[in-house]
Amino acid sequence: MPEDKYDVIIIGAGIVGSMIARTLSRYELDILLIEKEADVCMGTTAANTAIIHAGYDPAPGTLKAEMNVKGNRMWDTLAGELNIPFERRGDFVVAIGKEELPVLGKLWDGGVKNGVPGMVMLSGDEVRRREPNINPKVSGALWASTGGIADPFAANVAAAENAVMNGVEVMLETAFQDFIMDGTKIVGIKTNKGDFYSRWVVNAAGLYSDDVMHKAGVRPEFKITPRKGEYYALDRAEIVINNVLFPVPTPVTKGILVTATTHGNTVLGPNAQNIQDKEDRSVTEAGLAEIWDGALKLVPKLTLKYVIAMFAGLRAAGNAPCENPAIKYNADYVIEVPKNVQGLINLGGIESPGLVSSPAIAQRVIDLLKDRGENLKEKKNWEPIRPARPHFCDLSKEEQKILIQNDPSYGRIVCRCETVTEGEILAEIHAPIPARTYDAIKRRTWLGTGRCQGGFDTPRVVEILARELGVSPLEITKKGKKSEFLFRATKEVDHGS
Amino acid sequence: MVPDRKYDVVVIGSGPGGLAAAVAAKKEGADKVLIIERDLELGGILVQCIHNGFGLEIFKEDLPGPAYAQRFIEEANSLGVESLTDTMVLDVTSTRFISVISKQSGYIEVEAKSIVLGMGCRERTRSQIGMLGTRPSGIYTAGTAQRFVNVEGFMPGNRFVILGSGDIGMIMARRLTLEGAKVERVLEIMPFLTGLTRNYVQCLQDYDVPLQLSHTVKRVLGNRRVEAIESTQVDENLKPIHGTEEIISADTLLLSVGLIPENELSKKAGVVLDPVTNGPFVDEKYQTNIPGIFAAGNVVHVYDIVDWVTQAGYIAGKNAAKFAIEEKNKETRYVKLTPGENVRYIVPHKLDKESLAQSSQTLQFRVIKPVEEKVWVEARSADHLIHRKLALYARPSEIITFEIPQKVYSEIEKLDALTITIVKA
Amino acid sequence: MEETIKMICITCPVGCRLEVIHEGPNVKKVTGNECERGIDFVIIELTDPRRMFATTVRVKGGIHPLVPVYTAKPVPKGMIFNIVKELRKIELEAPVHIRQVVLKDALGTGIDIIASRNLPKKDTLEAKV
Repeated sequence: MPEDKYDVIIIGAGIVGSMIARTLSRYELDILLIEKEADVCMGTTAANTAIIHAGYDPAPGTLKAEMNVKGNRMWDTLAGELNIPFERRGDFVVAIGKEELPVLGKLWDGGVKNGVPGMVMLSGDEVRRREPNINPKVSGALWASTGGIADPFAANVAAAENAVMNGVEVMLETAFQDFIMDGTKIVGIKTNKGDFYSRWVVNAAGLYSDDVMHKAGVRPEFKITPRKGEYYALDRAEIVINNVLFPVPTPVTKGILVTATTHGNTVLGPNAQNIQDKEDRSVTEAGLAEIWDGALKLVPKLTLKYVIAMFAGLRAAGNAPCENPAIKYNADYVIEVPKNVQGLINLGGIESPGLVSSPAIAQRVIDLLKDRGENLKEKKNWEPIRPARPHFCDLSKEEQKILIQNDPSYGRIVCRCETVTEGEILAEIHAPIPARTYDAIKRRTWLGTGRCQGGFDTPRVVEILARELGVSPLEITKKGKKSEFLFRATKEVDHGS
Repeated sequence: MVPDRKYDVVVIGSGPGGLAAAVAAKKEGADKVLIIERDLELGGILVQCIHNGFGLEIFKEDLPGPAYAQRFIEEANSLGVESLTDTMVLDVTSTRFISVISKQSGYIEVEAKSIVLGMGCRERTRSQIGMLGTRPSGIYTAGTAQRFVNVEGFMPGNRFVILGSGDIGMIMARRLTLEGAKVERVLEIMPFLTGLTRNYVQCLQDYDVPLQLSHTVKRVLGNRRVEAIESTQVDENLKPIHGTEEIISADTLLLSVGLIPENELSKKAGVVLDPVTNGPFVDEKYQTNIPGIFAAGNVVHVYDIVDWVTQAGYIAGKNAAKFAIEEKNKETRYVKLTPGENVRYIVPHKLDKESLAQSSQTLQFRVIKPVEEKVWVEARSADHLIHRKLALYARPSEIITFEIPQKVYSEIEKLDALTITIVKA
Repeated sequence: MEETIKMICITCPVGCRLEVIHEGPNVKKVTGNECERGIDFVIIELTDPRRMFATTVRVKGGIHPLVPVYTAKPVPKGMIFNIVKELRKIELEAPVHIRQVVLKDALGTGIDIIASRNLPKKDTLEAKV
């Protein structure tokens, strides 16, 4: 057995993998977090509705419901410690017309069964008062006050950074290929960057969690179906929606939301379409039309003039039955130590409500390890606080002046539309989880998401990245290898000077 | 608010509109003129427009963009126009206070007697035209690509599809071909060319670049980098005609689908925009609805010939200077009445010198502490006494009146401020 | 053999659509032109078509790695790509001055390729050029 051994290797640095890494970093363990992409947060966590669900929606008795409600309670502390933008604004499920009112009653019952606190039934008048833009035909709403919105990118990056601060090793562009087995025991993994040995491996591979678990012969019948959800993002200068607005749900999906986000843009979506290709994040005519129709139902005054971006995300939808055979539900979370294999913490099918559940899921992983006899010793000097880095545009004039005085690079605006400075970009490039691609910087600073959609800032960001990373601008990418911006120098110019 | 710097005319943006305005403002007699430019050097968009076609009207010459800009930059320098480059304007108020930041100067507040807005345009994006498909690298607006090729020195791709037959698209088709790239297709959704006809000849026809009218991009293909563009023909309502799709292999898509006047700062200042042009409402002086705030160039509406931008810049700059000079005159027209020793306040607060030229003016004031003996009520400048009267006492409960006689007008005329004080006799 | 062809004049932004009746290089009639320059254009276009073009040339030690250059006068259309090839071989040293001759008498055309702008030395960037 090689000496170079980890205690835990986590496959996948989305919100779930990163949150597990962070939570485990509290203990005296050697932890390695691997991620196949050039940055954390590039799978499902990169494109979703960013809602911290209250928990009335998941089928009562399922692991989904349990994780949702438990996780929801943890977000105040989590957001405070990791400095994640998070607002408990409450979720509205809006009934349009009298026919939809009975569905609210069913949701209420589900919420009660799931232990969701702070639910209130509102009249149509009250909804109109709180959201002036709402469809005037609103007949009532279920308001779940514990629901909220968060910045999923900030949450993912913050969790991964806090893990690094506390000794976790992170390897980007490192892809799982196979398990190294000793009989039925997993002793390590093979990756494109070599073999790594560990006592435990955590499968947090999201869209690819089925492929990973099958390599160990676990749950051959488990399948991830990528379920695409498309979105419109609206210009905050054109319209402001103050709340999280759900329509009454269908059996398959929570429906097309019109929701505020922590960035101030309003987001419309998602729809739900099963597809084959786990990398297909294209926006389609039919999908966007479905979003638009759904959104108009809640806010009829929307017009295409407000649109600033369109994007799509992929849910990692699984097919695992609920552990409790009495509950007829076939898409529950898998969070387990499999019976037929040792050394694996297996997660699968973490679709919505994955973001809100992530801290509870991480805690569940700790519990599983303890159950299996792991003697987890707490670190004396575990640092739970990940300090926030300044967003220039959120500061007061006085704060901005001081920031520039201390570091002149904050005096240079790189993204005009969103007022993002060179100082912020440099801070992200040199952060514990370094931002090395355009999209990585975009997720962290919100640069390039405004009216010009990167038209002004792209050449400047490419220059800054090349300079800071010490590489040619030809190597700078949008989202990792094969997405380079530039093909060649004109006339083989010497840019090294 | 105490400004860090004061100017008579401040011009935001140093493209052709801003440069012309700065030059004209100086020529009209404005004393301190400042250009604020966000890029590293002056010239605005002209820096990257290296093709000819500029100056045919104004100079009767056929110049490339940078050479055209150079004329104005040299004139601005020789006239003593100041400039701040690599500096971004964060805010403009309707009272003409400008907040700017830069690496070199930090955060500065500038007070301007008049402003010329010359921010130009931004380019329409793929989201604004509802383009479907994936979001790989390799999608650029034509202006951003032009910046890479002509200034930074990089080719953003090898095989291009260009959407839009506007001038920028056609000019880039020629430029890219000259640099050894292949422009597979130019697609134009309208049934007619949207740029200048001459550019069709000298950019597309000359370089064998195929143009398809009534065509557009249906969707983009490729996850990391553009791999192909699916094009489609459109009908008279600009709707895709099913069955006419074609997959064009390409690694780069250039969007030349329109310019939008960049008026975020204008809105902050309270400038009202015309929803048709997306630029400010202006009069023949190119003054917006905010007195003292003018606008010139693409920020007002999208031009096709730069020479007309220069003309507009001249008009806006000249009138901005006139406005600033008038404001200055208004200020020097008044003398401020400042409470001195033991004076609590004076009404009126300021005195129009013209009024004093016509007739004596009476002030009213109150003291802070009572003085129960004879006092001199004095009107003083910084160096000497201008006029005084004797009073038997001074009490806070009783208003004291004080006449400034017409005969002292000639002394008051030169002053900014006059101090009223109480001194024991 | 008399021929009638359509042409677009590129002398000025109007872009008059011309109808030209010619026999070889001899122009018989031109219609559709708003001014005299249209006729001049047709004559030259039929015998010796010429174009202005612009490109960039490498610069060492300047504030940008390239300086834009252009043809001082229109050059024969067919020679453009070869002139561009020649320009690719050149590397100038900063500072470059506006109208500086970058390639004299390009490929024997008698026409110079000149710089479109001043390009100062790196680290001497001043707004007042």
